[in-house]
Amino acid sequence: MNADAVREKLSGVASAGIAVKKAAAPERLKNGRFLAGAMVAGVLLFIFSLQQLHFDYARLGSGTLELLTMAVKMWPPNAADWRLVLLAAAETLQITWLAILLSVAMAFGLSFFGAANISPHRGIFWLVRGFAALMRAIPVLVWAIIFVAAMGLGPLPGILALAIHSLGMMVKVFADSIEEMDQRLLEALRASGASWLQVVVRGVVPSVATYFLSWTLLRFDIDLRYATILGVVGAGGIGWQLIRAMRMYELNEALFITIVIFAMLYAVEMLSNYLKKKIIKTA
Amino acid sequence: MSPILTVQGLKKVYNDGTTALQGVDFTVQPGEFLAIIGPSGAGKSTLMRCINRLVEPSAGKVHFNGADVLKANQRQLRLLRREMGMIFQSFNLIPRVTVLDNVLNGRLGYMNSVKGAIGLFPQQEIEAAMRILARVGLSDQAFKRASELSGGQQQRVGIARALAQNPKLILADEPIASLDPVTSESIMNYIYRICREDGITCLINLHQVEFAKQYATRIIGIRAGHIVFDGAAEQLTPAIIQQIYH
Repeated sequence: MNADAVREKLSGVASAGIAVKKAAAPERLKNGRFLAGAMVAGVLLFIFSLQQLHFDYARLGSGTLELLTMAVKMWPPNAADWRLVLLAAAETLQITWLAILLSVAMAFGLSFFGAANISPHRGIFWLVRGFAALMRAIPVLVWAIIFVAAMGLGPLPGILALAIHSLGMMVKVFADSIEEMDQRLLEALRASGASWLQVVVRGVVPSVATYFLSWTLLRFDIDLRYATILGVVGAGGIGWQLIRAMRMYELNEALFITIVIFAMLYAVEMLSNYLKKKIIKTA
Repeated sequence: MSPILTVQGLKKVYNDGTTALQGVDFTVQPGEFLAIIGPSGAGKSTLMRCINRLVEPSAGKVHFNGADVLKANQRQLRLLRREMGMIFQSFNLIPRVTVLDNVLNGRLGYMNSVKGAIGLFPQQEIEAAMRILARVGLSDQAFKRASELSGGQQQRVGIARALAQNPKLILADEPIASLDPVTSESIMNYIYRICREDGITCLINLHQVEFAKQYATRIIGIRAGHIVFDGAAEQLTPAIIQQIYH
């Protein structure tokens, strides 16, 4: 290329650059105005809602005082019914354990059909992803209310509600893990004449196993937290005991139940951190 | 002798509009050690992947060992692929499983789908895999995880996996591009020696012209999706090399 041609090309690039900037400037200004407008609207909605919902400052003061006196009345914790409370806590753990295993088993099977890189058919891929999105879009408590209405009080509706909602998330995160794995490994298996099942079991599973385990641990933590409040709508576990104590104004017992919940969640979090370290070591 | 591989009018246009191959024709006789050279982006990898249909060609014909590869259904394709071993630039081993399991993956095309998936390999296949590992000097590494091996060792596992397929043809896609010069030499020696000893035909994509000249019985030069040279190593003059790469 001679010098003239180079100069011509460079000047072309430069003028193109200016043209892009000129075009981009009004665009940026427009975006800025839109964002400023959105912020003003957000503040206005805040003020309007304070008015609309009668945000009562006097009640805020008296309520805080009431809360403090209640906190004082709660002390000391009453552990007289400890047997009942601990059994309910155990039931919460069992609900979580059953729900997580059910959801992981189902998500494990479904995720291979919901990962774009290995799903046998585009239609199946969308079906699985859509199903998962719907399952997790409906909140756990709504699922629990539905199942309690359908099959009555007790741990069973709680297990199903948790399992279904977790399934929605687990299918998504499992399938995402599969999509993120190194595609070249699968290419090698396909090139050797491996079938779809063989590619999945010999290639995908060993590559994503630790990711699946880590996600399961994380979800166990989340599910346990949900399981403690499921009792509120009558779906079994320690939440039911807490609601019962509060309704009967057994504040000292409610404090004891709260302490048990806290201890249980803390212990499980410690355990899952420990397991996570072990999983990372095997990776 | 009838050719083992015939490629006619092979074209590939990717979905984004990139044309990788614009009508490629060549024939390979059994026992050839054929190097394909050319700058990166010339279409070497696409060409190789169109032969075993890891990439679906847009037009053209591929005949392997008498069979029409592009007309094969899924089951027939599995049977064709198992006779073509492939070696990759990035080795493409499953890092978390043992070296032996990676070699046995080369046998999956011969196995019942379920039995292969859960790894129920017959004892004689495991022994055969161990013998192949001995040939590439990795007997003592068989039960290590693939990820614990060095690059050169991983590529030897890649060669062993291809060899486990008992292939008639080996497709080696830039097998030494990720390795240092000394290891590259050693890997080239392994591939060359094994193909000669077992009478396996080999197509090998290479970036380095010197290696192509040193080993290949024939060289094809590709530039921008066209074959611009097809001949013996001696015919590859500096002027032609210049033409391929610039």
